[in-house]
Amino acid sequence: MTAVLLAIGTLLIFALIFGGILGYASIRFHVEGDPIVDQIDALLPQTQCGQCGHPGCRPYAEAIANGEEINRCPPGGQATIQALADLLDVEALPLDSDGAEEQPKRVAIIREDECIGCTKCIQACPVDAILGAAKQMHTVIADECTGCDLCVDPCPVDCIDMEEIAVTSKTWGWELPTGVAANIIATDKTPKVEAY
Amino acid sequence: MLQQAQYGFHGGIHPPENKTQSLQLPLGQPPLADRLILPLGQHIGQASQPLVQIGEHVLKGQPIASNNGFVSSYLHAPTSGTIVEISEHQVPHPSGLPEVCIVLQPDHQDQWIERQPLVDWQTLSATQIIQHLSSMGIVGMGGAGFPTQVKLAGSEKHTIQELIINAAECEPYITADDMLMREKTDALIQGIQVLQHLAKPEKTLIGIEDNKPTAIERLQDSIKRLGANIQLIVVPTKYPSGGEKQLIQLLTGKEVPSGGLPVDIGIICQNVGTCVAVYDAVHLGQPLISRITTLTGNAISAAQNVEVPLGTPVSHLLQYADFDATELERLVIGGPMMGFTIADTSVPVIKTTNCILAATKKELPQPAPEQACIRCGMCEQACPAGLLPQQLLWFSKSQEHDKAEHHNLFDCIECGACSYVCPSSIPLVQYYRHSKSTIREAREAAVKADHAKVRFEARKARIEAEAAEKEAKRQANRAKAAASTTKAAAPATKPAPEKAAATSASDAQTILKKLKVELALTSTKLNKAQKNLQAAQESGDSDTVATLQGQIAELEQQKQAVQQQLESTHVESTHVDNATNVATPQTNKPAINASTSVTSAEVKKAKVALAIASTSLKKVQKQLAETPDDEALKEKETAQIQAIADAEKALQDAQQAETKLDAADGASPAKKPAISDALKKAKVDLAIATTHLKKAHEKLAADPDNEELKARVTSREEKLAAAKQALEQAQTQDQTHEKTQEATKEATNTAPVNTDALKQAKIDLAMAKAANKKVEKAIEKAKELDLPELAGLEQQHQAGLARIQTLEQSLQDMNQGKTQTAPAAKKVQVDNPQKQLKIDHALAKAALNKVKREIENRRKDGASEAELNTQGLLDKLAQCEDKLAATERQMAASETE
Repeated sequence: MTAVLLAIGTLLIFALIFGGILGYASIRFHVEGDPIVDQIDALLPQTQCGQCGHPGCRPYAEAIANGEEINRCPPGGQATIQALADLLDVEALPLDSDGAEEQPKRVAIIREDECIGCTKCIQACPVDAILGAAKQMHTVIADECTGCDLCVDPCPVDCIDMEEIAVTSKTWGWELPTGVAANIIATDKTPKVEAY
Repeated sequence: MLQQAQYGFHGGIHPPENKTQSLQLPLGQPPLADRLILPLGQHIGQASQPLVQIGEHVLKGQPIASNNGFVSSYLHAPTSGTIVEISEHQVPHPSGLPEVCIVLQPDHQDQWIERQPLVDWQTLSATQIIQHLSSMGIVGMGGAGFPTQVKLAGSEKHTIQELIINAAECEPYITADDMLMREKTDALIQGIQVLQHLAKPEKTLIGIEDNKPTAIERLQDSIKRLGANIQLIVVPTKYPSGGEKQLIQLLTGKEVPSGGLPVDIGIICQNVGTCVAVYDAVHLGQPLISRITTLTGNAISAAQNVEVPLGTPVSHLLQYADFDATELERLVIGGPMMGFTIADTSVPVIKTTNCILAATKKELPQPAPEQACIRCGMCEQACPAGLLPQQLLWFSKSQEHDKAEHHNLFDCIECGACSYVCPSSIPLVQYYRHSKSTIREAREAAVKADHAKVRFEARKARIEAEAAEKEAKRQANRAKAAASTTKAAAPATKPAPEKAAATSASDAQTILKKLKVELALTSTKLNKAQKNLQAAQESGDSDTVATLQGQIAELEQQKQAVQQQLESTHVESTHVDNATNVATPQTNKPAINASTSVTSAEVKKAKVALAIASTSLKKVQKQLAETPDDEALKEKETAQIQAIADAEKALQDAQQAETKLDAADGASPAKKPAISDALKKAKVDLAIATTHLKKAHEKLAADPDNEELKARVTSREEKLAAAKQALEQAQTQDQTHEKTQEATKEATNTAPVNTDALKQAKIDLAMAKAANKKVEKAIEKAKELDLPELAGLEQQHQAGLARIQTLEQSLQDMNQGKTQTAPAAKKVQVDNPQKQLKIDHALAKAALNKVKREIENRRKDGASEAELNTQGLLDKLAQCEDKLAATERQMAASETE
C-alpha cells in the first residue's frame, strides 16, 4: 500500500515540477504570433476597391477574422478565396459579390483632353495614383493604379476609362498543357515515330 | 595542355547530334536584307530607349537605342541607312506577341561611324572597360542575353577563382559556336584575355565537348601561339553539358547554390560568342551588330552557318539557304531541345538567335499525345539539376505552385531532358514553365499589393493628420472667440455717459424680449397642461386630474406674473425710447418706427386673441352639437361669440391705428401691408363664415325640421355674403393700391411685384372657384331637401361664376403683362398654416442668430456700442427678437387649435 502511495506521490511531485517549468516557459518564451488579421490582409489583393462592402482591404480582413464569408473579393478571385480557405481551414466557396465578377487586371485611363480638372477622382483614389490639381489636367500613374475603378463614378464628365492591361511578351506566361483527359484514346492516333 | 573533365553532373541525355549538316559549307555571308528589324528588347531586363527618330540617317555602328536602367543594353545600327519605322513588330518570342522595333532601311553604303578601339586596354581600369563594353551593347550570346557589363560588374565585388568559357554547345543541330571557334580563334583568345584582365581569375578554363575536334585543335594552336594562360578542358558529349551550372560542375566540381549565381562561388561563365564580341569591342571598337547563326534542318538544302547583321528577317535567310516551304513542318528558333516554334518568318535575328531550324515532319514530328504518368522514374534519372520532375508535375497539374517551389522548381533549367525520356510523352517542361510564370505573376501581384497597401496606409494617415489639424485649428479659433467676447463684454459694462440712454434702451428692449419669450413659453406649457387635463378627464384618471389642475393653476399664475411684468417693462421701454428720441431729436424716424412696431404688436395680439376666442367658440359649438339641450353651453357660445366680436373690434382698432401710423410715416410702401392685412382679415372672415354655413347645413341635414337651425343657416348665409362683399372690397382696394404702387415703381422692380400680383390673382381665382363649388354643393343639397333658400343660392352661384370670369380675365391680363417683364422664380406655396408658422419661426430664429453673430463680429472688431446702434444692428436685433416671440406665440395659438 505504501508503495502505491509512494508512487502516486512521486508522480504528483514530478507533475508539479514539470507543470511549473512548462508554465514558466510558456510565459518566459512566449512568441507573439502573427495576428490572424495581418495574415488575412497579406492575402488580399490590396486594391482597396470596396467591392466586398468594406472600406478597404484591412477592414475586410478584420471582418473575415470576425466570421464574415471569405468569398467577397472579386479582384482577388478564386485564387484568393483558395488561399484564405487554406489559411482559415474552411471550405473554399465560389465567388459571391453581388454581380461583380472576377475581371482581368485593369488600369484607369483619363481621356486627358476631356478632363475638366475637378479633382474629384483624386479624392476618390485610395492609393493616390492620380496626379493633378484644380483646373489642371489629371492623369493616372498607371504603375500605381490598382484598377479598383473608384475614380470612375465621381467623374462629372465621364472621362475615365477602365482598360484591361494588355499582355506583353514580358508579362506573357506559358499555358498549362491540356493534359491526358483530352486524348483518352490517343494510342490509335499516335503518329509513328521513325528513326532519324 | 589538353585535359579531360574530372567531374560529372547528374543525369543528362544523348540525343542525335545532327551537327554535321550545317558544317559542310564554310561560313556564309548572305546579302543585306531590304529592311533590318531591331527589337528594343533583345536581352534580359528593361527594353532600350530609342535615340533616333524616323527618317534619321544612321551610320554603321551608330547607337540607335541606349540602355534604360541597370539591367539593359545599347543597340547599334548594323549598317548605314535610314530609320523608316519605330513600331510594333513580330519578334522571336514564344508568345508571338509584337514588341517595339526600330526598322532600318540599309543604303548599301555600309559606311562605318568612327570606331574607337581601346588600344591601351591593358592599362585601363576594369570599370572603364566595362563601361566601354556596356556602350558597345555586349550581351551574353549563349541564349539568355544577360547584359555582359552586369555580369562583369559582379566580379568587382567577388574574388573570381575561375573564368569559364562555355564552348560546349551541347544542343543538337547547332554549330554556330563551333564555326565561330574555327573561324575566329585568335579573336576568341584575345577576347578571353580582355576578360581575364577584367575579372582577374586564378584560372581560366575553356569547356568544350569532344565532338568538335577541329575547334579543339585550332584553339590549342592559338593558345600556344598567343601565349595565353588558358586551360582547354574537353568534356564528354552529353546534353546539357553546355548549361552554365552543369559546365561549372563538370569543370570545377562546384555546384551553384539554389537561387544563387555562379559569381557567388567565385566563378564567371562566358559564352565564346560573347568573348569574340568583347574582342571586337575592345580591339576594333566595333559594337555588337552581327552574329553567327546556324541555318539547318532538312527543309533547307544549303544548311550552313552564316554571319548576319542583327535584324535580318528569318525569311531572308531561309531564302538565301534554299528553303523549301513545302517540306517545312516546324520552324524553330534555337535548338530542338530548348528552342521555340515561330509562325511568322518575318521575325528578325537578334543578339541571342543562335540557330534557325527548319525541320521537316520526319525530323521533328508533332509530339505524341500526352499519356498518364506511369511513375517510371526516368525523368528523375535524366534531370541534370537533380530535381524530382515527377513531383513537380503533380504539383504543377494541381496548381499547388507553392509546393512546386518548395521542390526547387526554379532550379529547373528547362533543358527538356525529362520530356525527352518520358515514355508517356508528357510535356513536362511546359508544365514547369506554366508554374514558373504563374508564380512570377503571383510574386509581382504580391509586390504590387504591398506597394498599394503602403500607399493606402500613407494616404489614410495623411487624411487623418489633416482632419486632426483642422480640428485643432477649429478649437483654437473657438478658444480665441471666447476670449475676445469676454474682452468685448468688459468695456460694454462701462458705457460712456453719452451712450447711457441708448444702452439703457437696448437693455430694456432685451429684457422685454426675454419676457415675451418667457410668456410665450409659459402659455405653451399651460396649453399643454390643459390638453393633458382634458385627456385625463376623459379617461377618468382622478389623480392625474388633480395634479394637472394644480399645475395649471400654477402656470396661470406664472403667466399672469410674466404678463404683468411684460406690461410694466413695455411702458418703461416706451419711456426709454421716448427719452432716447428726446436725446437724439434729429433721428425722429426710429421713434415712429418703434411706435409702429408697438401698434403692430398690438394688432398681432388682437389677432391672437381673436383666434383663441374663435377656437374656444368652435369647441363650445362642438360640445353643443353633442349635447344640444345644454343651456349652459348655449350661454357659453353666446358669450364666446360676443368675445369674438370684441376681439374683432379690437383688431380693427389696432389695424386702424397701425394704418394711421403708417400714413404718418408717410411712406407709401407701408400702406400695402395694412391693406393686405385687411384683405387677409376679410378672407379669414369669409372662411369662417363658410365653415359655419357648412356646419349649419350639416346640422340641418341631420335634423331637417329644426326651425331654429334653418334660421341660423339663413343668418350664416347672410354673414357669408357680407364677408364675401368685404373681401371683394378689400381686393379691389388692394388691386388699386397695387396698381398705384406699380405705377410708381421703376421698370426693373415691376417683375417681382407683377408676379406677386399674379400669384394673388391666381389664388383669388382658385378661391373663387372653390367657393363656387361649395355653393354648387349647397344648391344640390338644398334641391334634395327642397329648401326655400334655393333661389338665393342660385343667385349666389351666378354671382360667383361672374366673379370667376372677371378674375380669369384679370389673370390673363396679368399674364400678358408678365410675359413682357422678366420671368420671376416660382415660390413654393406652403398651404399648411402650421408648417408656415414653423418655417416663419425657423426663419425668425435664423435671422436673429445672424444679427447676433454680426454684432458679435463687430464687437470683436472693436466697434463701440454707439457705432452698432447707428448701424441699426441693435434695432435689427430687437426686431428679430420681436418677430421670433410673435411666431412663438402664433405657434402656441395654433397648437391650441
